[in-house]
Amino acid sequence: MTDLTSLTIAEARAKLSDKEITAVELTDAYLAAIEAANETINAYIAVTPDKAREMAKASDARIGAGKAGALEGIPLGIKDLFGTQGLHTQACSHILDGFRPHYESTVTQNLWNDGAVMLGKLNMDEFAMGSSNETSYYGPVKNPWRAKESNLDLVPGGSSGGSAAAVAARLCAGATATDTGGSIRQPAAFTGTVGIKPTYGRCSRWGVIAFASSLDQAGPIARDVRDAAILLKSMASVDPKDTTSVDLPVPDYEAAIGQSIKGMRIGIPKEYRVEGMPEEIEALWQQGVAWLKDAGAEIVDISLPHTKYALPAYYIVAPAEASSNLARYDGVRYGLRVDGKDIVDMYEKTRAAGFGQEVKRRIMIGTYVLSAGYYDAYYLRAQKVRTLIKRDFELAFHAGVDAILTPATPSSAFGIADEDLASDPVKMYLNDIFTVTVNMAGLPGIAVPGGLDHKGLPLGLQLIGKPFDEETLFKTAHVIEQAAGRFTPSKWW
Amino acid sequence: MSVDLATVKRVARLARIAVSDQEAERMTSEINGILGFVEQLSEVNVDGVEPMTSVMPMTMKKREDVVADGDKAADIVANAPNSDRNFFVVPKVVE
Repeated sequence: MTDLTSLTIAEARAKLSDKEITAVELTDAYLAAIEAANETINAYIAVTPDKAREMAKASDARIGAGKAGALEGIPLGIKDLFGTQGLHTQACSHILDGFRPHYESTVTQNLWNDGAVMLGKLNMDEFAMGSSNETSYYGPVKNPWRAKESNLDLVPGGSSGGSAAAVAARLCAGATATDTGGSIRQPAAFTGTVGIKPTYGRCSRWGVIAFASSLDQAGPIARDVRDAAILLKSMASVDPKDTTSVDLPVPDYEAAIGQSIKGMRIGIPKEYRVEGMPEEIEALWQQGVAWLKDAGAEIVDISLPHTKYALPAYYIVAPAEASSNLARYDGVRYGLRVDGKDIVDMYEKTRAAGFGQEVKRRIMIGTYVLSAGYYDAYYLRAQKVRTLIKRDFELAFHAGVDAILTPATPSSAFGIADEDLASDPVKMYLNDIFTVTVNMAGLPGIAVPGGLDHKGLPLGLQLIGKPFDEETLFKTAHVIEQAAGRFTPSKWW
Repeated sequence: MSVDLATVKRVARLARIAVSDQEAERMTSEINGILGFVEQLSEVNVDGVEPMTSVMPMTMKKREDVVADGDKAADIVANAPNSDRNFFVVPKVVE
């Protein structure tokens, strides 16, 4: 019998429906894989075997009764940012110690309604603030990929590092993730997996712990493009509980897979050719262009002149919203409390002990840029720049471009505890240089593996689409996947 | 623009985060690094540009003004570090 954890969601779905395998067998295979690997990889911070087996059993019953849902019996990992009733939900922060919500996030509820099985909660950067998963209170995640002839541990990217590592190491069939500045696409690129950040408003934010509300969006990380399409179809919905959820029906994304891209116009933005970018990234980008051209797409050079301002504007808008969202962690309503001599002392001590360095830094920046006298110079100006960034994309789409192709990241995965990056926060922030524009404009973006670099590490390409045109991204990403192939790390753990 | 040690301590106070002198010093240089990085926004001409207020253009959804949820006091205090008869308990704030 083949190793059940090597099946994609589409393959497992077929075998489950043909009754070749049971959901309990599939779940047990994943639980065994987690048991063997998690001590090394650290992708899961809470495994829920009893719940998983109970859900799998119920799936088998529904399959037997001919009432299978779209994800019936498929074992998934859930990022710790999603509220899961009665289970570990702490955004990998010390300040939410012991928090067990009495509600379920809309996205995870949608997955369970479609029959998915929950394996546990996945590691992430604290409050989704980070690009390496090193800011987690539960310690870093190890990337299942290593450079050729090297034993150096690499980061899986972040903030959805646990999600990406678990998918790449086959510790779940697929995972939920969230993306505020690149937190789905950068880890997907670092682990040879596929990750899509849908259009702002496509997935409900209800029940997802907030970081920067105008940028946060949930999406899946999966083994391949088809699996990502299957997962997004279930995660997305129209939700009256989220006022930014958009009233548009969720299309059948999987139906777009395999469609022709002949005659499509793909934009290549010259501003993404940044100084100091490794030659390999440029070569990968050109390879992507060639693949799409071979498939019949027309390649057009475009300009997105405000690209370079996206990252600085992001580092005003995101911390500002974070400082406001994270004000609720005060030692009164949930999580950690450190006693003090009066209530203000209690607040200050609780927040000093509960938040990690990166989170404190962003709260401080956010508090500063929103404080009296600085609001116009920083926050208001950044929101105006944001309008200009969005307008750049609108002009390109208006001129007839169907999708935009860029590299996903400026490098492949780097080492855990990289001294160069640890000493300079801005250097770490530059990881999101190609992805953050998409969040600022609210657009959908997908990262798909394009190849391996000279060290044997995966590199990703990014496709950016029009609002709510995820179908074009899936069909175009599938063309790249067909040409590039799929990439699996060799098992060392 | 840049911040000095006194400003960092004042912002920490506003953010309700206790910081030691040593931490405040480290934060001062980190925050100045970030402020230096975002400084480039000042070269963008934003005359006549509306600030973004809604990511996707849409009118705000409204719901009927009726009670749709509630009566969950026990659920709401369930995660509190200290509660008493469905009240959150905090250190004394009024003398």
